[in-house]
Amino acid sequence: MNKKIYERPVLRKVVEGIPNKFGSVKRLQPIETIDNVPIDGIIEKYGSPVFVISEKTMRETYRTAHRAFSTRYPKVQFAWSYKTNYLDAVCRIFHQEGAWAEVVSGFEYEKAIDNGTPGNKIIFNGPDKSDADLIRAINNKSLVHIDHFDELYTIIGLVDKLKERPQVAIRVNMDTGIIPQWDRFGFNYENGEAWNAINRLLSNGKIDLIGLHIHIGTYITMSKAYATAVEKLAALANKTYDRFQTSIGYIDVGGGFASQNTLQGAYMLATDTTPSFDDYAHSITTAMTAVNFPNNETPMLILETGRALIDDAGWLAGTVLANKRLADGRRSMVIDAGVNLMFTAFWYDHEIYPVHESSFQSEPTTIYGPLCMNIDVIRKNIDFPMLNKGDHFVVKRVGAYTMTQWMQFITYRPNIVLIDEKGEVHLVRKAEDKEVFRRQELVPEYLQNK
Amino acid sequence: MSKLNSLAISDNGFIFKPSTGESFTTNELGLLIIHHLKEGKPANEIIDEITTEFEIDKVTAGRDLYEYLDFLKRENMLD
Repeated sequence: MNKKIYERPVLRKVVEGIPNKFGSVKRLQPIETIDNVPIDGIIEKYGSPVFVISEKTMRETYRTAHRAFSTRYPKVQFAWSYKTNYLDAVCRIFHQEGAWAEVVSGFEYEKAIDNGTPGNKIIFNGPDKSDADLIRAINNKSLVHIDHFDELYTIIGLVDKLKERPQVAIRVNMDTGIIPQWDRFGFNYENGEAWNAINRLLSNGKIDLIGLHIHIGTYITMSKAYATAVEKLAALANKTYDRFQTSIGYIDVGGGFASQNTLQGAYMLATDTTPSFDDYAHSITTAMTAVNFPNNETPMLILETGRALIDDAGWLAGTVLANKRLADGRRSMVIDAGVNLMFTAFWYDHEIYPVHESSFQSEPTTIYGPLCMNIDVIRKNIDFPMLNKGDHFVVKRVGAYTMTQWMQFITYRPNIVLIDEKGEVHLVRKAEDKEVFRRQELVPEYLQNK
Repeated sequence: MSKLNSLAISDNGFIFKPSTGESFTTNELGLLIIHHLKEGKPANEIIDEITTEFEIDKVTAGRDLYEYLDFLKRENMLD
């Protein structure tokens, strides 16, 4: 006799109240494959948890973004933000699509060079550039974006030792209506600091100011803020030309485009509220064409968007470790991926799905990671199907900042695989093992076992 | 068992508790367990019934049964 399929007994209280205007939560549909590759098979071969990157999604997203801007403005250049995800495979895919490199440290600069990026297509941002970093970047004709006066004077001090004339931009911060206003990076526009920096640079006569850079914040959902920024940079460019007859070659509006991950506490889902690339492109390019640059020239528009290009392409697949009841009877589920791998869980409501249909019942559930830390919470109190120990789950949109901000805490960092456009799976970063740590550590002789 | 007998339970798993006015839903196995409890069967017999009827091992069935009994106790439907 065939036995019935087992589904554990559940009892749910019917809570009265006014349904919210979006109606009841629909049942979570399982996600069994990524780019038609079964997730179970990936976990079986590469272990659990495992990060999965879709090359197809990366290229499609890049092309959508590029098309949105290049159909509206004649000179558009994307620069891949290394800090968002600096896996070599990821960087090389964006470089193949035509993106330059945007780096913020000597380490990232070395990666960009190793990935074959020509020096003059590397934008060097960030507050931490050593003398050696600056000398290498300037001699490679890289575009150095100056963050503060100490850096500016360091470059002035180095000029006589350099083979090349420094090609620099200054980073400007300003009020664009965004709260909080990012004012820790660059020179302020409103109080005249940016203009002072330009004066000191160009009075020197040995440095080329070729661009103006702004980065107004992160996860900017108000595309008009960029238009305000462009207007202020254009005013600065005109003032610079009037005084020094120097034309600004490019305007770099930085990154900060929001992805479709919903921020914690947001009333509506990000999939409904995040501006599209076309929205951003419309605001920025309309402002770029509306303002007058010196001599009616059209400076190149550089974009350093990272999050919006890669977030959708990244997935994290893993396994349920346990189900348990909290003291007040609420259900909790422990999974094998925590905030060590998804630092982003501190500010996003990540979308998590079962890989297979295991139950038609769902229950309010808090999802914890495997760390011995109370803060290791992936989702608080979401309606989630009742998965069993050993069942697989997958988290959507984890391509940005997870694989660079992850922590090595009590366990090894897992494999990362790339699914190419033909559906082939490639290992692009090996899981760590004890040898990785043995190589880094030294035990003083008196502590070694004889 | 008298507490369970005071509940109004429909065939599709809707439970109404007249003493408080609260409503609950349960699934097929939940209904079956309540049915066996009303008949006065002890836990080990209910586990046997479940493993005979469903594709499940005794350990898991037992674990889930005791968790379900805890739910019923917490909602004051069982002594």
